[in-house]
This record gives sequence, structure tokens and C-alpha cells, in this order.
Amino acid sequence: MRCDVLHFRGSESGRTPGLFRRACVRMLSRNVLRLVLIGLGLGWGPAGVCQAAETFAWEDWQRVLLLQDAQTRIVMLGTIFLGISGGVVGVFMLLRKRSLIGDVVGHSALPGIALAFLLGEMSAPGHGKSMGALVTGAFVSGLAGALCVMIIDRFSRLRADAALAITLSLFYGAGAALLTLVQRVPSASAAGLTTFLNGKAASLVAADVWVFGLAALGLTVLVVLLFKELALLCFDVDYAATTGWPTRLLDTLLIGMVVAVTVVGMQTVGLILVVAILVIPASSAQFWTDDVRRLTWGSALIGAVSAAAGVMISAAAPRLAAGPVIVLCGSALFVVSFLFGRRHGILWKWLERRRLRQRIGRHDLLRACYELVEAQSQEQHASELELISTRITLEDLLQMRSWSRKTLRQLIHRAVQEDVLEAKPDGRYHLSPDGAALARRAVRNHRLWEMYLITYADTAPAHADYDADRIEHILGGDLVRDLELRLQQQEEQGLPASPHEIPSPSSPGKI
Amino acid sequence: MMDGKQTAAIPAPGSDDAISPLSIQDLTVAYQRRPVVWDVDYIAPAGKLVAVIGPNGAGKSTLIKACLDLVPHVSGQVLFFGQPYRRVRDRIAYVPQRTSVDWDFPVSALDVAAMGLYRKIGWCRWVTRKYRAMALQALDRVGMADFADRQIRQLSGGQQQRVFLARALAQDADLYLMDEPFAGVDAATERAIVSLLHELRSLGKTALVVHHDLQTVPQYFDDVLLLNLRLVASGPIQTAFTATNLKRTYGGKLSLLDQVGARIAGQS
Repeated sequence: MRCDVLHFRGSESGRTPGLFRRACVRMLSRNVLRLVLIGLGLGWGPAGVCQAAETFAWEDWQRVLLLQDAQTRIVMLGTIFLGISGGVVGVFMLLRKRSLIGDVVGHSALPGIALAFLLGEMSAPGHGKSMGALVTGAFVSGLAGALCVMIIDRFSRLRADAALAITLSLFYGAGAALLTLVQRVPSASAAGLTTFLNGKAASLVAADVWVFGLAALGLTVLVVLLFKELALLCFDVDYAATTGWPTRLLDTLLIGMVVAVTVVGMQTVGLILVVAILVIPASSAQFWTDDVRRLTWGSALIGAVSAAAGVMISAAAPRLAAGPVIVLCGSALFVVSFLFGRRHGILWKWLERRRLRQRIGRHDLLRACYELVEAQSQEQHASELELISTRITLEDLLQMRSWSRKTLRQLIHRAVQEDVLEAKPDGRYHLSPDGAALARRAVRNHRLWEMYLITYADTAPAHADYDADRIEHILGGDLVRDLELRLQQQEEQGLPASPHEIPSPSSPGKI
Repeated sequence: MMDGKQTAAIPAPGSDDAISPLSIQDLTVAYQRRPVVWDVDYIAPAGKLVAVIGPNGAGKSTLIKACLDLVPHVSGQVLFFGQPYRRVRDRIAYVPQRTSVDWDFPVSALDVAAMGLYRKIGWCRWVTRKYRAMALQALDRVGMADFADRQIRQLSGGQQQRVFLARALAQDADLYLMDEPFAGVDAATERAIVSLLHELRSLGKTALVVHHDLQTVPQYFDDVLLLNLRLVASGPIQTAFTATNLKRTYGGKLSLLDQVGARIAGQS
């Protein structure tokens, strides 16, 4: 009596977090491409591919690979630290769906640098380029940019992507305007400021490496300590808030960490590309694992490896700037992960789908063979002898299912190769003893699954598995015995053994 | 069903009403200028399963979110166990709508269940083996222990819902606020959730559940809260879940509702 009553159930029209996420993913994918192109332009453009190739010599490689240069060692160590911190922090930016904040922070740091220089120049002409002041300026204005995005996002109807674009252009525009002012300052040191845009890893000194190392250590320790808090923030902000975690504080802390990476990275890879240090390792690592912990360490590893490789390549070819090459190495690892990542790489996905298709195809073929024999058999079940002695033609099989001639030929070809079917000279086939056993099992399992789906219609779909071989494994022995009993009863009552209609002309009494 | 009127007065501290798991007074919530929840007064009975029902857009989810300070309220006061929410967070567990979750996030079912223990674990500490065992126990209570290592995308809708119930269970709260746990789940999960609700009730816990399926309300719940921007009626199923009240909640939107109401009236 219950079922006639209207089922009053609908979906609540709520806010759609998916929209924002999709917009970000779209922008992210565009951005990765953009970064690669910028990297290419910066790395190869000025030098020219031919010139760069000329300078490649075996001695250079030897010198680089053995890290014989003190300067190379320093640069490499510094950038590895940068890669690690970028990789670790980037994971949480990616999971928080705010990867592009890194881009905003990078661009927003520019006016801070210019302003800090101008202020320094005003107080002590000729000595405006104090590293401490510049870094502070970059930090403050980078943070201001990120907070600006968060404020626009929170208090206006604008979508996050618009907030990002507005803030980025606002701050970068201000920075560019201030830089033209800086150019008019007569002191020669002014020219050095533009290196922060594209970075100059070769200029790293031992003292910088200390700073980088400390920053990387600090950020990593912070992430290790606050790992579960940050992961919860990224996964489910509302839940984090209801259970009493200070989500706004954690968000601000995360932004602060991004700003720190940006400030550390501006000297090496430059403000424009620093987002790559954050985004690319984390995105690459996602193709390898479904676990936040492994994702974080994987991202740190990828960041470190791309930094080391980038520095080596640029040291061997001195005309190549290290920063862009580091980004290019990261992009190469991204492509490798995208293709071959064990978890979500497209190669494995494709292989998996192909394997499933083959397995189902083989099952279908074996079942078709069995049911053909069964239909011709006098007994209830096809006997062993009948199974291996009955000759089957391609035309017979073609009738059994809606497969095309080509597909069927391929299936038969593979089955013959696997010694499941045996081909006779007259163009007919019969099951091998192995094939007969497999066919019997495939049919049995398939019918048990169908019986299960019919008997337990309400719960079944959650457990049903295409790979019919594993029925006991999934449903458990007791349930399978119960199903077997039901199947047997049904057959004794003369009901159809298979719920499918078999259009074979020789099929006796099938419905 | 006239509870709303009776409880408008603010309960004096120390009175019986003050220790209700959830008491709402004059709660109004508005998005922009449009009110979504209008002047709601409600006192939840302790140890009961309460269904929150009403048409789409009636403010059911918003009511729950406003209680939990997830959306700001324009006016009114919400007390849990006689205290403001931030003082008694640990005694309240929230199960959000399934659609609000990022299913591609790299966490396993066990990780999600363990999130219910994070407050207990505290700042800057990792989830140790002891807590993982507790999370596994919570998963076991919803029949999901076998799926502990699965990434959440690889679970069916009903299984995902059960994982989030396990997270709320792990919190070991006294009041459970659930936003449509029955939406889009298979029959097995529906049964699992119902038996879990009954188990919670037998432990003296209270649950407020946003529910959409009118015909199962009398079967699953003790109390009902009918909401359509304003509180239409509240109280035990026998007195509040009547054809008149349903019509006042859903309006003329559904002529078949008369049949539902008539059938329910016939049953009770």
C-alpha cells in the first residue's frame, strides 16, 4: 500500500561550490600552459636555441653533474630548498582550490619592492637596494594582494576568478607604474630591480642558501605540525568551522606561507613564475596517489627534483636562465605524471579500460558458446563432452549477441590464441577443455549475479561487479550458496535458466 | 503543534527548558534582504528523533546552518544545552549535505571518519594508531569497516553518506544535526541510518534530521518540525504531523498531499 503514495522528495537548491571549483580548474589548466610558454620564451628566447646547443659540451656536463662548481652547489642547494617548500605549501593551495592565489601574490609583491626601494632611496640616496627592506616590502604587498582577493570574494557578488583577475592587474599595474619611477632614479643600482620579475638564480650566495634552508625548514615543520588542521580546512571548511577550528586564521596562515614561498622564490625564479613552483609539483603528484600525506611528500620530491635538474641544465648551458628552466623541468615532470601517473595517469586509465573490455568480451564469448551448446543439448545442463565436441560457427555466435562481425572476429582470434577456443580447418570452432571449464564458470557466475540482482534489488547495485569471476569474494560463501539454491529451484520449475531471450532458432522453449 | 507560541518566552536559567539540547528563540536569517528563516521559536525535546520537514526553499538547511553559526543570523538567539554554541561545540555533531563535499579529495573513508576525532586529538598532533582504531570503530557502526581504505570517490552514494555519519559518530556528541542524510541513498543505507538513529536514541541522544520523504516520517521519527520560512508547527508526530499542518506547510502545491494526510490521519 505504501508504494502508491507519491514520493515527495526533491533536491534542495543550494549554493554551488562546484562552480567556483570548475572555474579554478579551468583557469589552472590554462595557466599551466601559459607558464610553460613563458618559461620557453624566457629560457630560450634571448639565447636562441642554436647558440644554446653550441655551448653544450661534455666537459660542461661532467663539471655540472659532479657539482664541481662551488657556485653551482650553492645555487642548487638554494633552489632545492625552494622546490621543497613550494611543493609542500602548493599541495594545500591546490587542495583549497586556490592555486591562483600564488599568481596574485607573485604579481602583488612588485609594488612593495618598488615602493621599498623608493623609500630607501629617499632616506639614503644611492643605497636604496637593501635586501631586507625589499623583502619586507614584497612580503607586505604580496599579503595585501591575497587578502584583497579574499575580501572581494567574501563581501561581494563577484566570483573568485574575477576577484583574482582584478587584484592581480591592480597590483601589477601599480608595480609597473612605480618601476617607471624607479628607472628615473639616477643611481645605477635601480636596474637590478627588474631581475625580481624573472629571477636570477646565478646570483645566489651562500648567505641566501641559509635563508632559503631556514625558510624551507620552517614551512615544512609548520605543515607537519598543522597537517590535519590544514587538510581538514581544505576538505571541508564548514565542518572545520562547526567543530571549532579557527578557519579564517588557518586560511590566513596558508596565505602567509604562500607569500613566504613567493618572497623566497622571487630572487630565483622571479615573481611571474613563482606560482609554477607552487602549482606544478602539487598537480603532478596528484596523478600518483590518493592520499594527502603521500601527495605532500611526493610534491616536495617533485619540486626538489625539478629544481635540481633545472639548475644542472642551466649550469651546463650558461646562457639559459635557471628560473625558467626549473619551471620547464617541473612541466616535464607534470607531463610524465599526466601520462604515466600510477593512480590517475591517462595511460593506466586507458589500459584499465582496455583490460575490462577484453575481459567482458571474453566472458560474453564464452557464455555465448555455452548457451549455444546448452540450447542444443537434451539435458538440463550442457555436459562436458557436448561442450568440447560441439562445433560452433561464426554465424551461430553472431546471432547470440549484438556484436559486429569485426568485434566477434577479434574476440575469437584472441580466444584461439589463449587456447580457450580451438579452430578447425573447416572454419568452425569448438571449446577446448580449459575453455569449457571457463565457460561453465562464467555462465554460472553470471546467472548467480543476475539472480542476486533480482533477489536483492534494493541493495544489489552497490555491490555488483562487472568482473563476474569474483562473486564469492564479494558476496561471501553463504549468500552464494543461497543464490545457487534459488537458481536450482527456478530451473526445476522449468523457468528460464537465463533471463535473456536467446534468439537462436534451435533454442527450445526459451522465453 | 502550538509549541511555537508557547515557547516564545525566554526560558529562565535552571528551568527544565534551559537544558534542552537545542532552543531557538526569534531566529531570523536573511540572504541579502530576503528572509529565509523567519522568527522561529523552537525547543527540541531531549532524547528524541526530530524530523525537519518543509517544501524546497523553506529554510530547513539554513535553519541548521544558522544554529551552527555557518550563516549569520539577523536576530534571535540559539542555545545548545542552555549555552551558546561555541561553549558546547564538542556535544554537537553536524552531518552536512552530501553535495557540499569534494569527492575527488585524496582522503580515504578512514581519514574522513577520523576527522570527527580531531578536536579530541587537539592542535599540532597527528592521528595516532589509537585514534585510527576509534575511527575504524565508528566506521564499523555504520557497516563500512570493510571500505576503510577506499578513496571516497570510489564509494557509492549511500556508502559515502554512511562515512559522513561515521565521522559524526566518532565525535561522540549528544546532539546530531543531519542535513538530508536520506537524500539519494540506497535502501540498505536507509535501513542502516534508521537503525543508527534508533541506537542513538536509546543512548539518550537527540537528532534533528532534515527529511524529504513525507511517508516515512511517522515510521522513522518521534517528533516533527514543520517549516516554511516560519515555523508552522512542531511537536510529537501524533499531534503535529496532521493533514491540516501539512497543508499549511506545503500549501496547495500538491493535491496528493491530501491523500497522504488522510492516510496518516487514518493510521493514528
